[in-house]
Amino acid sequence: MSEIWVIAEKRGTQIHSSTYELLGKARELAQKNGSSVALALLIQERPTGDTFRSLFRGGADRVILAVDKSFERFDFGPYIRVLKEMVLQRPPEVILAPATSSGRTYMPGLAALLGTGLTADCTGLDIEEGTGNLLQTRPAIGGNIMATIKTPKHRPQMATVRPKIFSPLGEVYSEHGEIVDFPVRPELVESPARLLKFDSIGEGEKGVQDAEIIIAGGMGLRRMENMAPIYKLARMINGTVGASRKIVDSKWIGHEAQVGLSGHTVKPKIYIAAGISGAVQHIAGMQTSEFIVAINRDRNATIFNFADIGLVGDATEILTRLVEAMEMEVRE
Amino acid sequence: MRILVLLKQVPDTDEVKLDPENGTMIREGVGTVINPLDLHALESAIRIKESGEHELTVVSMGPPAAEEALREAIAMGADRAVLLTDRKFAGADTWATAKTLSGMIELEGPYDLILAGEKATDGETGQVGPEAAAMMDIPAITYVSRIIEVGEDGMVAEREVEDGRETWKVPYPVLLSVTKNVNEPRLPTLKGKKKARNANIEKMGSEALGLEPSTIGLTGSPTRVVKINTPKLSRQARLYEGSELVEGIDRLKALLKPYLEVNHE
Repeated sequence: MSEIWVIAEKRGTQIHSSTYELLGKARELAQKNGSSVALALLIQERPTGDTFRSLFRGGADRVILAVDKSFERFDFGPYIRVLKEMVLQRPPEVILAPATSSGRTYMPGLAALLGTGLTADCTGLDIEEGTGNLLQTRPAIGGNIMATIKTPKHRPQMATVRPKIFSPLGEVYSEHGEIVDFPVRPELVESPARLLKFDSIGEGEKGVQDAEIIIAGGMGLRRMENMAPIYKLARMINGTVGASRKIVDSKWIGHEAQVGLSGHTVKPKIYIAAGISGAVQHIAGMQTSEFIVAINRDRNATIFNFADIGLVGDATEILTRLVEAMEMEVRE
Repeated sequence: MRILVLLKQVPDTDEVKLDPENGTMIREGVGTVINPLDLHALESAIRIKESGEHELTVVSMGPPAAEEALREAIAMGADRAVLLTDRKFAGADTWATAKTLSGMIELEGPYDLILAGEKATDGETGQVGPEAAAMMDIPAITYVSRIIEVGEDGMVAEREVEDGRETWKVPYPVLLSVTKNVNEPRLPTLKGKKKARNANIEKMGSEALGLEPSTIGLTGSPTRVVKINTPKLSRQARLYEGSELVEGIDRLKALLKPYLEVNHE
């Protein structure tokens, strides 16, 4: 039976949520073409039974496990050599990996070694009727155009997939599955590169990528001091402050807050764009948010075309009024 | 040491505007620039070059007009420039592009250090660098945010990833792809511009590179773009303005209220 592979993303020894999103999507694709789903896991120590169970529950029919201490932090050479060997043993039809810093590095390396095609940062995946080809859709030219790409004559068909686009399975797939151990030969993981140091920034500090509510500021605020009501509102509702590229470039706020093509892609429940006009690059990073509020002085600003509600006026003044009204609410 | 920078000429996206009717990009009259992240790669290379006896080459695969980007690189401080140009290269996906670039590197090489921008602003794939590294069987360090040490046999670089910063020590040859945090690119000097004007841009086609036609351009590309469409991006925004603003603020307050309560339990 043909297989769809998902390559696991991990943080430390934990499986990252993007893995489950891809398992969910892989299950949906597998249902269309009668494939099974395998998860490839490269990890520094053998995971517990709980980890395997959650992978089977999440949609994997089997887990291909490669354990070696060199997998503690991602290193290009060992990753691509081990994955290539795994693929050659039982070539899958499709390989999916999250479009993260590691996924976007080893997937091109693996595609190069396998002599096959790779589509970057997909936001849509489907199976073409008749041919069974994987249809890989991605935003192109700044997210204003969606391009659908196929790999008609080469196998496997490979894609990196943007995190937070697909959802994990809503129900338990299975309590059990097959575990296959891949023997890691020493020469596969030999590497001239040495990790000297790792400084954790603690992803738990809720970056914009994981925020439920984002209040993002742009140049329309005019001055850095005018960001004050944004910070105040963020504190009140446990939201996260986001930013357009321009205010990051102006050093009003750090790069970690930047939303857009050169920053983070976000998909919060509520996105408030305050004083953001809606440059192509920004829109591409936030347009899949569930509910979008735009606040801008210019009623013709592009951002209003992408919003669910729009408030026309000075963003600082409107947010200050909102914060005051909400403070009243708290007191009552 | 021999240093190579991979450059791409891209449309100047800062000039790009949206068509309000259908949401597509208006590309007419848009100029071209060196891919902004490649400028950071070039700046890294120039700084290394200035620190010792090093030779700095820039290479680009593209149409004859990409010569302009290479001249700018010379104006900034590159010693020589190679343009890989051939009608047969047209339509290349990332795999075929990496094949062509690594073909040049194998022919001209060895290079000790190959630098590239993390991705290009037009394609946004970031794949060509790691693909080329795998084809040449050399290590790749991506998302480099700081070059800490450049030694005789190898270098130390920091990369920024989702959960922190890693410091790697790696011997040459190596391919590095850099982010914009790595440095601030310089502007070309007047003297540099003068030098660039008269500089010889070496051109190479598929035959000079000894590349099989089946491995380059559209023919050599495993992927095919089969459909382009404009997503239905626009939402039906309810606009509140003027006297309705009060109502709009009320609606926003109602929207956020559940989160306020959660926070104050």
